Amino acid sequence: MKILIAGDGKVGATLTRQLSAEGYDITLIDSDQEVLERSMEQYDVMTVYGNCASMDVLKTADVGEAQLLIAVTSADEVNLLSCLTAHALNPRIHTIARIRNPEYTGQAYSMREAFALSLSINPDRQAAVEIERLIKYPGFLKRSSFAKGRVEIVELRVTEKSALCGLALSSFYKVLSCKVLVCAVLRDGRAIAPDGNFVLQPADKIFVTASADSLTTLLKNLNIITHKAKRVMLAGGGRVSYYLAQDLSRAGYSVQLIEQSEERCRQLASLLPDTCIVHGDASDQTLLDSEGLSDCDVFVSLTGLDELNMILSLCAQSSGVPHVITKIGRFTTSKILDSLPLGSVVSPRELSCSTIVRYVRAMQNKEGAALTIHSIAEGQAEAIEFLVDRNTRHCGEPLKVLNVRKNVLVCCIIRGIQTIIPDGDSFLKERDTVIIVATNEIVIRQLNDIFEE
Amino acid sequence: MNYKMIGRVNALILAVEAAFMFPALLICLWDRDFPTALAFWHSILLTLAASGILALFSRKARRGFYAREGLVCVGISWIIMSLLGCLPFYLSGQIPHYIDALFEIVSGFTTTGASVVADVEVLTRGVLYWRSFSHWLGGMGVLVFLLAIIPLSGRNDGFTMHLLRAESPGPNVGKLVPRMRQTAMILYLIYILLTILTVLFLLAGKMPLFDAVCTAFGTAGTGGFGIKSDSMAGYSPYLQNVCTVFMLLFGVNFSCYFLLLLRRFRSVWQDEELRIYLAFFVGSTALITWNLRGFYETIGETVRHAAFQVSSIMTTTGFATVDFDAWPSFSKAILLCLMIVGACAGSTGGGMKCIRVLLLLKIMRRNIQQVLHPQKIQVIRVNGQVMSEKILGNTNAYLAAYVVIVISSFLIVSLDGFSITTNLSAVLACFNNIGPGLELVGPAGNFGSFSILSKLVLILNMLAGRLEIFPMLVLLSRSTWKHQ
Repeated sequence: MKILIAGDGKVGATLTRQLSAEGYDITLIDSDQEVLERSMEQYDVMTVYGNCASMDVLKTADVGEAQLLIAVTSADEVNLLSCLTAHALNPRIHTIARIRNPEYTGQAYSMREAFALSLSINPDRQAAVEIERLIKYPGFLKRSSFAKGRVEIVELRVTEKSALCGLALSSFYKVLSCKVLVCAVLRDGRAIAPDGNFVLQPADKIFVTASADSLTTLLKNLNIITHKAKRVMLAGGGRVSYYLAQDLSRAGYSVQLIEQSEERCRQLASLLPDTCIVHGDASDQTLLDSEGLSDCDVFVSLTGLDELNMILSLCAQSSGVPHVITKIGRFTTSKILDSLPLGSVVSPRELSCSTIVRYVRAMQNKEGAALTIHSIAEGQAEAIEFLVDRNTRHCGEPLKVLNVRKNVLVCCIIRGIQTIIPDGDSFLKERDTVIIVATNEIVIRQLNDIFEE
Repeated sequence: MNYKMIGRVNALILAVEAAFMFPALLICLWDRDFPTALAFWHSILLTLAASGILALFSRKARRGFYAREGLVCVGISWIIMSLLGCLPFYLSGQIPHYIDALFEIVSGFTTTGASVVADVEVLTRGVLYWRSFSHWLGGMGVLVFLLAIIPLSGRNDGFTMHLLRAESPGPNVGKLVPRMRQTAMILYLIYILLTILTVLFLLAGKMPLFDAVCTAFGTAGTGGFGIKSDSMAGYSPYLQNVCTVFMLLFGVNFSCYFLLLLRRFRSVWQDEELRIYLAFFVGSTALITWNLRGFYETIGETVRHAAFQVSSIMTTTGFATVDFDAWPSFSKAILLCLMIVGACAGSTGGGMKCIRVLLLLKIMRRNIQQVLHPQKIQVIRVNGQVMSEKILGNTNAYLAAYVVIVISSFLIVSLDGFSITTNLSAVLACFNNIGPGLELVGPAGNFGSFSILSKLVLILNMLAGRLEIFPMLVLLSRSTWKHQ
């Protein structure tokens, strides 16, 4: 499949790396020759120099043969115009545009047909949603979301005091009174796909599939949420902060936002009536202390500088804030980041990239390829999201009569707006989305691979 | 420097080279020419052994392959390939001196076509085949062949770009399609198709199959090794005309053919380099025809010879239908100038390339403008695209390096005491990958009488000319080998 990527910035480069490695033919368009040169030397891609919204440049990039245009330049208007132009040149093309300006976000969705947009991406908005989720359900070691965020796999640790200890999986529902599925257990460094008779022991790490709603119940019943976070402090007043403050205030949190520029503070104050906007330098320790950093439940560093965010998070961590979240824009997840106590790390770039990659995989899905792949259990198992299509075998047969391979588990079925945690009587239907967990020794390339034969 | 990765690429190149020696071996066996067959057999074994040793040495190559590795890798690969590729000539005893054999194969791989052999008709058919085939292989480049057949490392590395840039001629090498492997395949497919077409046209003119294949190799690679002592003079006018046309076709930038396949005729027609290339051809042919009036019996014959020689020299092939050394000075001067101009970038031809001549003319015009209007900002466009200052700077540097190399080689070769015309035309003919020069090294002569020193200098000239100077200069530069 041929893909045009317009804009060789942070997101463009990450997409190039990932999509080119997955075997797509990439043509990069940018108006900076040097950046293009570097990309061409790094990846096996073609580059076109010029303005991606111009007809001539798009023609040079062979837009007629391309199936997808991903417009991720820094200017929203250019992205939209590029998609429009590409669509005019090739009506069959799919288009994805990054729209960051909050004023356009709404209309990009409601006018998507007029703009010829297949998908619009707002990294800041996505980051805000992700951070809000992290604040709502703390206590996970890790989490991955599927089916556009409606299903989650979370990692929990079984401790001796926990209600989970010594529990057989078949009696899970009785004890915890919510419908969840343990899809993998990591014991002594080995991943196991458990059945109903499996008994949990202390020091097990378990991976639980649940719909977003049951997750809250589960955490409540397990007494993991000891007290609900109330006070949230945001450092930096950028777009992510704006979205986040808006959502959190609506959800009843008390939000404090520290921003350096007075003008931006005034702007934010008029946009966010329920948020306490503080004008000041977030890197000033006394300011943070006087604003009550140590009383905060959550601290989120959201300034435009990664380095500053890291320092602020370290500082908050040392002041004893229970939950710290760091936004990282530039650095890709590296080993150095993991070794620092930065709390949860959120990267808007990675988020929008994974959304786009998911879209690309879904386009390619005619052969039943995976939509989302997350590696869980320290990389020893994979959770894979598939779409059930015409070619899927055994549709409509209950799972208990099917011969599913060992160490493979169907852990969630999404049918329309319904999220089903499957039992023996559940079945697959065309257009369902299913999530499969398989340990590493089994290679699942398409949905039919889960059946024994 | 990532020596192991360079070693791995070179091991693959030698394996490919050994595989390509097999057809020559088969021809020897077919002819019951067992001594030559044995020479080929030993050469194959030695080449495979060298490849194996390199492969062993480079088992655990780390990643990391940058412009420097690319240039060094290409430079070294051409040298190693030549050192082993000349073995069949040497081991069979048909070219008794190793340096002579090396000269012959370098002349083959670099598509020069300059020979040290006085009478090629005494060579056996296997050797003749290998000589001509080396043109075909060197024309498009072994590394490009390698890129087409082997996914060199993983699926997602851009480092192959450095290899393509270093091996393909032209100031601004790019890909045709996003994937390097497909780009290389498209180039080779066009190359193979055009070669087959040449063979078919030659066969239609009743040329024997072996002659047709060897001539096609020489034409396709714009090499010019003939299999007859009189080059192309003994063939019928039809065959000579076929050669004229196909030499000209192989001197065209191959991306033009790709555009033709995409049916983008307008961009081909408007290509400035193609236009200047054809203009040079038509203009030179007309001038030489005018200069040669009365030299041959009919005007048709004059045009045929003029067109053939112009096409042959300009595309840096080096076939000849007449001894143009006997032509009047003006015609010879035109040919000498055409030697420097050369073919188009992205073709199998050598020389400075039409695109560089075009760029240099445009740079000159801009500089004149700048003297008159010092404040004027002016960009240089080719085919409507603005050429970056980096490309223009590289073109100037290329010209400087070109002149320096020509002058220093000319001085060294002059030590042998031949005439100035012989020496200068020998250096130009080798450096621009043409083959025959004037006087002693003219179409009727050969390079056998030069001293060993001169031959080595000319060998380096041929390699530098084929690889467009910088991969060879990088090998000689001290800072390449310094540890960082």
